[in-house]
Amino acid sequence: MSDDILKYQQLRVVIVGHVDHGKSTLIGRLLHDTDSLPDGKLEELEAICKRRGTDALEWSFVLDAMQAERDQAVTIDTTQIWFSTALREYVIIDAPGHREFLKNMISGAAAADAAILVVDAVEGVQEQTRRHAYLLHLLGLRQVSVVINKLDTVGYDTERFQVVAKDIVTYLQSIGLSASHIVPISARHGDMIAARGDNMSWYQGKTLVDVLDSFEVAMPPLARGLRFPVQDVYRYDDKRIVVGRVETGILRKGDTVLFSPTNEKAVVTSIEVWPDDKDKVEAHAGESVGITLDQKIFVERGHIASHETNPPMLSNVFRAHLFWLSQKPLRVGNSYKIRYGTHEAMVTVQSIDKMIDTQDLAQSDEVGDVERNAVAEVTLRARELLPVDPYIDNFRTGRIVLYDGYDVVGGGTISMDGYADQRRSIKPKSDNLYEVELLTSYEARAQKNGHYGAVFWFTGLSGAGKSTLAMAVEKELFEKGYYSYVLDGDNVRHGLNVDLGFSPEDRAENIRRVGEVAALMADAGQVVVSAFISPYREDRDRARAAAPARFFEIFVKADLSTCEQRDPKGLYKKARAGKLPEFTGIDSPYESPENPELVVDTQHNDIDTCVQQIIRYIEQNIVLSEKEGHKIVALS
Amino acid sequence: MYQYLDDLESRSLYIIREAYKRVDPLAMLWSIGKDSTALLWMVRKAFYGRVPFPLVLLDTEMELDEVYAFRDKLVKDWDLPMKSELCPPEEDMDKTLPPATRAAMRKTEGLRNLLEKEKYRGIIAGIRRDEQAMRAKERVFSPRTLDGDWDYKDQPAEFWDQYKTEFPDGCHVRIHPLLHWTELDIWRYTKRENIPYVSLYLAKDGKRYRSLGEKNITFPVDSEAATIDDIIHELETTKTAERSGRAMDKETEDSFERLRASGYM
Repeated sequence: MSDDILKYQQLRVVIVGHVDHGKSTLIGRLLHDTDSLPDGKLEELEAICKRRGTDALEWSFVLDAMQAERDQAVTIDTTQIWFSTALREYVIIDAPGHREFLKNMISGAAAADAAILVVDAVEGVQEQTRRHAYLLHLLGLRQVSVVINKLDTVGYDTERFQVVAKDIVTYLQSIGLSASHIVPISARHGDMIAARGDNMSWYQGKTLVDVLDSFEVAMPPLARGLRFPVQDVYRYDDKRIVVGRVETGILRKGDTVLFSPTNEKAVVTSIEVWPDDKDKVEAHAGESVGITLDQKIFVERGHIASHETNPPMLSNVFRAHLFWLSQKPLRVGNSYKIRYGTHEAMVTVQSIDKMIDTQDLAQSDEVGDVERNAVAEVTLRARELLPVDPYIDNFRTGRIVLYDGYDVVGGGTISMDGYADQRRSIKPKSDNLYEVELLTSYEARAQKNGHYGAVFWFTGLSGAGKSTLAMAVEKELFEKGYYSYVLDGDNVRHGLNVDLGFSPEDRAENIRRVGEVAALMADAGQVVVSAFISPYREDRDRARAAAPARFFEIFVKADLSTCEQRDPKGLYKKARAGKLPEFTGIDSPYESPENPELVVDTQHNDIDTCVQQIIRYIEQNIVLSEKEGHKIVALS
Repeated sequence: MYQYLDDLESRSLYIIREAYKRVDPLAMLWSIGKDSTALLWMVRKAFYGRVPFPLVLLDTEMELDEVYAFRDKLVKDWDLPMKSELCPPEEDMDKTLPPATRAAMRKTEGLRNLLEKEKYRGIIAGIRRDEQAMRAKERVFSPRTLDGDWDYKDQPAEFWDQYKTEFPDGCHVRIHPLLHWTELDIWRYTKRENIPYVSLYLAKDGKRYRSLGEKNITFPVDSEAATIDDIIHELETTKTAERSGRAMDKETEDSFERLRASGYM
């Protein structure tokens, strides 16, 4: 790393904390004490304060440039200000502490390399102190220090400092953050800002300025797997230039890159910049460049290029840890647009899994709607396969922003725990056109049938009610005019799978074949309802991968004793008598789904209730949206 | 030299390409000053030597002569899609405003007329956060209401490089690819990339322009900086505000605030 980077790289520091704990005052003071105020600003400040009838200098007026903010003495929006220490240049981001302005706090904090959390020595840790700390954590900030402000108002009391310090440290630890320093200060009087002052000889640690100088500038994430999200495709002269920014890793001329979700491969023939530079053979994380490819494969905005060995996962369902900013609460069944990198997709909230109270960190499974300023874990489902990275693997592409209509309404990080990669082995690349044609005809068949084809995969113990429900559901679907069909043991064991027994290998093969057949039928436009115990997650995940984005796992749930009591075919009795070896639930395991799309509880609900629940769910997922309906008109 | 500029530049290229992809029709304000000329250079980088949208000068016919000459030369040398929008006369401006603010308001009205005529959905402008406290609060993609007003009390959330790019009909968005640059960064970059600039920025007889505006409301400041290296050195040590030569910023405490809220750059 050259000296130049160390010398000139600006460190971006956000100042957060509860309203009125003195953030703006601290910044004004910091500018003054590091000799960074423009000429005349101090005089201007004195004049403004006098005009407004205060004798004491209001340091926060330096920043609160807006009339409205001066009048209310509250920072409304995030603001930025530049200053330097002997070591380097800084951008200070002032984030509002008022609960009302959380979206502005996030807009400021998300751009920072490090954070200073301001806590009032008198009031101690307050609601927004905790919420801000939690959001820093969720935004991915790891360099955090705390200042305990207004020590002057408690007589520079070391004991009071210790009490507040202990409180905030305890909270930070509970959310997995640790403060690198905790500094007692008085912003109003300038103690421990740049100079130590005479009032706190009991404190041996760093001043705030020294703390700032101890933060590290984030280095570009070169060691992570390559992610190059396509931003646009330009056709200039006879060249096709695929432009974008390398989010992580290194992209080199000569690399074979794999595009997701299309699974297309090509070799990078040049890295394009302007003015032309033939020596440009690699682009690092953070660089906006263009590339040309050796193949005329289909590439468009939103596709993500990676190396073959380390691509993103493909999935149409994932979990997100979200903060919510909209007045309109987030609800199960609502649809939102998500954006991450340059990718954009519609998702539906499948479930709200956890609400997190940022005050006491209680995690509640008792979930309602997610209200404004709340934090929650939710499961989101898209109609098509999305290339996704869990946040723990890639902090650049593993985070999403949600939109409702025109507005940004939330953001969060992606988790893939319990979800399988749905990428199929990479296809031979000779048949690109054929591939496109096939995709088109799935859509066309949906248009003709008036609904999409899909696989609704029932899984559960023997006796849980899978076949009973499957038959009833199919009958109702048929009567409603949908093209539907049931696959179960009776119609595949006698033909397609006549060669298979009940050994673990044969069971796996049985499910593999059923999964492939179901996928073909769904592609042909059918609503397939399959009813198999399918006890192994791995087998179900493989069936899911056969019908990407058209596969819905429905867990038909009843406990073992209930099933055994029902025992409609007398199988449990036989198994208990040792006449049916490796019977699921008795001497062979059943692996419950970790994230089924739907759970149907047959133990506590009657058949009709369960059938109606399933029908509602199926209809939601196979009907053409209004927009798609219009597309038909436009096409014909 | 100055490698950190690569990072600033990369972010700007990303924003420029986002604007081009997501907002249509689009235009860029080119005031001929150092910032928007550096921005123009980056537009050419983003599109491999091309400028795929019109460049607009909001013309009050009060720019300094050197500014017009510089524009004409660059338009010819770089083959630029230039467009001038004549601003309405000062007599038509709000009489309650102080004089320099009123003169500056002409550009706001010129822009309003332009938007009305051309129905642009996006306007790229080369403002920076460090210029002025009001601008420090700006977003990269900053929506304007149907009246062209800036609702600075209720701005959209903006994080992780995801912007608000869709709007109801009739609204437009200001796009600010230089928001994260400082005055010093711009000069270091201008030097490194060898970008041309108006000679008025260099000191003559102990005075130079730090910021270029109309001749009736902009004044040179004391300086001995006769070369670009001198300018960089001066800025590394100065404590004088960049816009100290701009009269309208100082007339009343909220002059600039009023200008910006009603659509000024």
